[in-house]
Amino acid sequence: MNGDEACAEGALAAGCRFFAGYPITPSTEVAEHLSRRLPQVGGVFIQMEDELGSMAAILGASAAGMRAMTATSGPGFSLMMENIGLGIMMEIPCVVIDVMRGAPSTGLPTMPGQSDVMQARWGSHGDYESVAYAPWSPQEMFDLTIHCFNVADRYRLPVFLLADEVVGHMVERVVIPTPDKVSLWERKRPSVPPGEPFRPYAVKDDDLVPPMALAGDGYKVHLTGLTHDERGYPEMTAEAHHELVTRLVNKVRVNRSDLLLSEGFDLEGAEILVISYGCTARSARRAVRDARAQGVHAGLLRLVSLWPFAEEAVKQAAAGAKHIIVAEMNLGQMSREVERCLGRPVNGVFHAGGAMIPPDPILQAIMETAK
Amino acid sequence: MTALQFVENHPLDKLIRADRMPHIWCPGCGIGIAMRCYAQSILDSGFPVERHVVVSGIGCSGRVAGYMNLDSYHTTHGRAIPFATGIILARPELMVTVFSGDGDLVAIGGNHLIHAARRNINLKIICINNFNFGMTGGQFGPTTPKGAHATTAPYGNPEMPFNLPYLLAAAGANYVARWTTLHARQLKSAILEAFAKPGFTFIEVLAPCPIGFGKSNNINDGLEEMELYRNRCELVRDGDVRTDDLVIDLREDKPIMIGKLLERNRPPYQPAQVTGS
Repeated sequence: MNGDEACAEGALAAGCRFFAGYPITPSTEVAEHLSRRLPQVGGVFIQMEDELGSMAAILGASAAGMRAMTATSGPGFSLMMENIGLGIMMEIPCVVIDVMRGAPSTGLPTMPGQSDVMQARWGSHGDYESVAYAPWSPQEMFDLTIHCFNVADRYRLPVFLLADEVVGHMVERVVIPTPDKVSLWERKRPSVPPGEPFRPYAVKDDDLVPPMALAGDGYKVHLTGLTHDERGYPEMTAEAHHELVTRLVNKVRVNRSDLLLSEGFDLEGAEILVISYGCTARSARRAVRDARAQGVHAGLLRLVSLWPFAEEAVKQAAAGAKHIIVAEMNLGQMSREVERCLGRPVNGVFHAGGAMIPPDPILQAIMETAK
Repeated sequence: MTALQFVENHPLDKLIRADRMPHIWCPGCGIGIAMRCYAQSILDSGFPVERHVVVSGIGCSGRVAGYMNLDSYHTTHGRAIPFATGIILARPELMVTVFSGDGDLVAIGGNHLIHAARRNINLKIICINNFNFGMTGGQFGPTTPKGAHATTAPYGNPEMPFNLPYLLAAAGANYVARWTTLHARQLKSAILEAFAKPGFTFIEVLAPCPIGFGKSNNINDGLEEMELYRNRCELVRDGDVRTDDLVIDLREDKPIMIGKLLERNRPPYQPAQVTGS
């Protein structure tokens, strides 16, 4: 099956029972697949009037207790930014699939891109920490979609799967495990029964995540996008705002070890470190292998979690490397983050998008650097 | 003669978040009256309070969600209806009311409004219409009469307004009514009717906004606007009204048509279901 379909199956395996979306290439197959599959498992599929409504609807469904998801591409992701902020502020779990295409604007609807990386980090207004994963295969479209739901529920926030058109439309073998093999993380729920005093944003645990009461549970909770106190009530003071936003940011920072994912190839003794992600990492893998065959000590660090940024893994992999190369299908988004992290310049293999970066330019960059 | 009785509590106390008082609304504002009617309807509905949910957008009317002692969601500007759509589809056994204003529901949220009506989603919409964007200080909006003055229309509003009942009837709502904050009892009855009516229901509530709309348009205070409702409102019987007659311009001495304007039985939205799988 292709990556988009694998993503849809991953959502079902994760217990997702609500999808609201608006058709957009190259993510449409996720919606099409779920429009057929969700009714078979008693779930809800609704095609909304736009991405503003899609994002709002999945927040509502999740507030009422369903695991909920939408799928889109850059133009729709832009529209979703508004209510992604609401999800962060209200702390409503949900999953947003962005199958990236050539951008800005309408760009290249049917062709790949990786240029929404910084949008996924900073796209909605305000201070927040983002969580985003970049799959490099249909199998990972399946696996990481489940992981996205788990992270969203455990930490009460919107989580992004930043796929790209290549991975979304690529057809490969996908192993779907039996349900007992799928580990699901639960949402934290109130420990007091309905009717007893319950402060929806009172935090007792070190993970900074408050338990979540659902619509109709009887706790009579108030959730707002305004700055609020522990009761969920609007609190228009600088102190309350600082306290709330700091907790929302720290909620991701203190739990980052749970969120970080990366994978190394040939990192042992690597003098030239290539860093890449998504479909471009497939070409980078080949380039590194070819370089090794030619006697050049190259290695690959594949970023799976783009956000939070795998700072420790990057530093560790780069420690013995003389040169760093970042390969990505944009004109230098993650490379800046790598430079910031390492405090030294990196070489970029960049392309604005439209076609997958083949192994050759990455291999060429490795060989030139090795001279 | 019955002796006077003093009671500790008002019957509506349990439905209002008293710890959120005082509210933000200006003297003479009509939103509180409409909220009270909504609260009374919840009590009278016989439907468990715990299963009532209220969703609002942004604006003065959007603050209602924060004052009702229910599961309540104060969402982004214009998105109350799609947020509420998610809730009602996830838990169809709930009674989900969207309480918001004309600017929120009809300007920035207009697309969601007509599409939810078209789908006939089981949502109960209470739309305060005070003919302007009140919270931001009296700008013209999609319901401001042509020629009326507003802080962004100092020479008179150059735009034609929406006629909301006409719009919602065309979009597909199952129930459309218009009342004013003068008609508290009728409004409460209408909300009860809406609760009992499956599908998308829409109640437009004309409400004074003496600071935002009145002061720019020679309506001196809330009471004067209530007088104006009393003098000009005409009850529509059996939905018998020409759509053009539903147009409102408070500044003109023309009747304001109110009442239940439409009721029909289009099937409410049901997500696709596969039986026997």
